[in-house]
Amino acid sequence: MTKLTRRNFVKAAGAAATLPLVGRPALGGEPLKAAFMYVGPVGDFGWSWAHDHARQLMEAEMGGAVVTSFVESVPEGPDAERVLRELAQQGNKLIFATSFGYMNQAVKVSQMYPDVYFEHATGFQRTENLATYNARFYQGRSVLGTIAGHMSKSGIGGYIASFPIPEVVMGINAFTLAAQKVNPDFKTRVIWVNSWFDPAKEADATRAMIDQGVDVITQHTDSPAPLQVAEERGVIGFGQAADMTSFAPNAHMTAIADDWAPYYVSRAKAAIDGTWKSGDTWWGLKEGAVGITPYNPAMPASVVAAAEAVRKGIIDGTYDPFAGPINDQSGTQRVPAGGTQDDGQLLTMDWYVEGVQS
Amino acid sequence: MSIEFIIAVLVTVVGAATPILIAALGELVVEKSGVLNLGVEGMMLVGAVTGFAVTYSTGNPWLGMFAAMLAAMAVSMIFAFLTLTLNANQVATGLALTIFGIGLSALVGEGFVGKTIDIFGSVFPPFLSEDPVWRLVFGYSPVVYFSLIMVVAIAWFLQHTRAGLILRAVGENDHSAHSIGYSVIGVRYAAVAFGGGMAGIGGAFFSMVLIPLWTEQITAGRGWIALALVVFSGWRPYRLLAGAYLFGGVMTLELHAKASGFSIIPPEIWAAMPYLATIFVLALISIRRSGHSETPACLGRPFHPNS
Repeated sequence: MTKLTRRNFVKAAGAAATLPLVGRPALGGEPLKAAFMYVGPVGDFGWSWAHDHARQLMEAEMGGAVVTSFVESVPEGPDAERVLRELAQQGNKLIFATSFGYMNQAVKVSQMYPDVYFEHATGFQRTENLATYNARFYQGRSVLGTIAGHMSKSGIGGYIASFPIPEVVMGINAFTLAAQKVNPDFKTRVIWVNSWFDPAKEADATRAMIDQGVDVITQHTDSPAPLQVAEERGVIGFGQAADMTSFAPNAHMTAIADDWAPYYVSRAKAAIDGTWKSGDTWWGLKEGAVGITPYNPAMPASVVAAAEAVRKGIIDGTYDPFAGPINDQSGTQRVPAGGTQDDGQLLTMDWYVEGVQS
Repeated sequence: MSIEFIIAVLVTVVGAATPILIAALGELVVEKSGVLNLGVEGMMLVGAVTGFAVTYSTGNPWLGMFAAMLAAMAVSMIFAFLTLTLNANQVATGLALTIFGIGLSALVGEGFVGKTIDIFGSVFPPFLSEDPVWRLVFGYSPVVYFSLIMVVAIAWFLQHTRAGLILRAVGENDHSAHSIGYSVIGVRYAAVAFGGGMAGIGGAFFSMVLIPLWTEQITAGRGWIALALVVFSGWRPYRLLAGAYLFGGVMTLELHAKASGFSIIPPEIWAAMPYLATIFVLALISIRRSGHSETPACLGRPFHPNS
């Protein structure tokens, strides 16, 4: 694989532009060229790291059939369009855009390059050659919420959140609902840091939470900083996207692990076979796209059992994270008893359940 | 609201303000000498990764801090050579230095991702540094006290020493300073080196004190805030101190308002607060200022001794 950064990407693109135009490489014989675009540095130990890890696994599993490259730290917004276009021009036939904020750019560029397959993580707009994929992280958050409900003495959880998009909102709600099944008075306080990655602000937000009586920290941002503060201050927390035990051996209860590799392998195979089709894939605990990493040995056996019951219940379909009745913050009933939220409702979720203080 | 809680908030404010203050103090001296170095963010990152790496390898945070200062000073010398000796454009070179710093720190730090070190915390005995009240005075890393001493030292240096006068003369009128026999380029080299060292210490504050780990771009744009603060302060150390703590205070208050769980003010307003405060203070300053500019007259201008 070639390591591409945004810096030498420009150089490479410039060099490529000076080459005479070569015909489109035929798919048979030639390896498939696949490219990945990440929002953070691959060394973030979180979201982008997980995607990059899956890229490496995919390349290894496919043998010589796929060559991959990546561009890291691409800001969400207009810059993403330029990077996507250049990746397509370099002859990549399968391009993964791995952040929500790339949606409009992915739609636009997919229409400019109809014979390139595009994949957009966590989005909801598709075209003929732009598929979307996501993982049901909210299922993992139900497991974390269950642990939080058991372990919190104050009954207040702190949630370090990035942006109020449906993906994050459904995670906050799933966490809170699961904790309330254990402790009906459980409250979740949310701090928006307005960034996916700002270690200093994430840490300060965590300090503020703990000063205010929060004793369980969870996060939907990408750095291990909140966990480190939790460790320092003696409260508990959870890893994001990957096992982060090394940062917080005592505070780290478990982590939601992202495993994109099975999906990437299946899409690369489909692109080679010519069976690639646009669509929406939403895998969860059952398919292995979301995993729960080993529990902290210090966690009481009864809590482990409760967490495992939720995890297995979600896999076999007996536990529904959004089973009604559910009230929103104002006390209005949003989901009646016996009801639930379908995928469409989840993907447009813009309200918080009772007990969330945002 | 208990006194312990208020102290906890104030301690967080100090943590948020200190790295910006240190980096901005260095840049203030650089700009006073007539050089505009936009590479603060890059130098901070080089300091952050070096401080972490050396502390991780040797277990000695003092050595780590010192190495952070030297490493950032070394990259600032690249900037100095390009802009002062070769007369390259300062704005473009400074931006390049930031991009270079981001890349270099990521490369150097690759082997240190996922590692952790002990926090470079208070050196006072625990009955002072961990006391819920006295920690307001004794509970900080030595770097915090260093930053406050530097505010006084730099203010005194600029106003009351001969060397400070020469530095200001070089920044205000380089040709006059040159014609009475001072080495404009030499003074500027020294100022840039000082700014680099301070940026390195400010950067290492992130990876050694605030959050003892290395991740790429750990400073997340604080170098740019430091640059803005220098302008905001009107190139005055005490105003810079006030600005850094105001900024840290607004950022921390925002987090506490949200963490308390009952905020009447919507989160979007809180997020806009630091910027609103900046505009407000800038407006105040420009009203008070009677027509004369505080900007060093030669800021950003290359110096040719024979022109």
